[in-house]
Amino acid sequence: MSTDRIEKRVVLRAPRSRVWRAISDAKEFGTWFRITLDGAFAAGKTVRGSHGQFKVEMLVERIEPERYFSYRWHPYPDPAKDYSGEPMTLVEFTLEEAEGGGTLLTIVESGFDRIPLARRAEAFRMNTEGWGGQIKNLERYVS
Amino acid sequence: MSRSRGAALQASDAVPLFTALADATRLGLLRRLAVDGPLSITRLSEGTGVTRQAITKHLNTLGTVGLVRHARRGRERVWELERKRLEKARAYLDQVAAQWDAAAARLKAFVEDR
Repeated sequence: MSTDRIEKRVVLRAPRSRVWRAISDAKEFGTWFRITLDGAFAAGKTVRGSHGQFKVEMLVERIEPERYFSYRWHPYPDPAKDYSGEPMTLVEFTLEEAEGGGTLLTIVESGFDRIPLARRAEAFRMNTEGWGGQIKNLERYVS
Repeated sequence: MSRSRGAALQASDAVPLFTALADATRLGLLRRLAVDGPLSITRLSEGTGVTRQAITKHLNTLGTVGLVRHARRGRERVWELERKRLEKARAYLDQVAAQWDAAAARLKAFVEDR
């Protein structure tokens, strides 16, 4: 079991150029991610986003047109706290041609093992009611 | 916003679950207890190439964070898995993963809808 990373793969029935725009254009990203961003994405640049009380800083790491986009951020930010001294997780979007047309998008978020334990515990504490549904995942891990 | 949690957090009384999990030997012990049920230290150290003393230390580490507990079975002391605790450790990543599922679904609708 990895406690460090999450990986999601999804096939989008849209050309790679379209998917790329939706991810690399900060305005489009904000539309589907549901966040308002204060500027364009550029490697090495920090883009700030907000949605009501929720605030986030995305430190853009690498941009390879139509193929790869990555940034770092603090997962689960709590508006009342300062996380500036904490390690960030890395979020990576990778685009490939999907078999049979469309775009295969892989989203990886990694680096959770470096996030302070108390914070991770807080985050899962918020999920108390959902724990009943987590048993399947546990079973998969331990079997 | 899917990543927002709304309510303010209180200071957590969290224990270092993830540190306890981040060790190959300890993960192996957990898996073993999950598959075989309660086992003695002797049984747990068989075939691992790890000394009983080291196994004991690992079990104590797992016990401190509530992932395993020991019990008596006749004259024998056995260790068993505390499943509830493991679920909690797993729940954090599940939550982040669920949020990415939701975000990916919105992205899918966004790019396919034109």
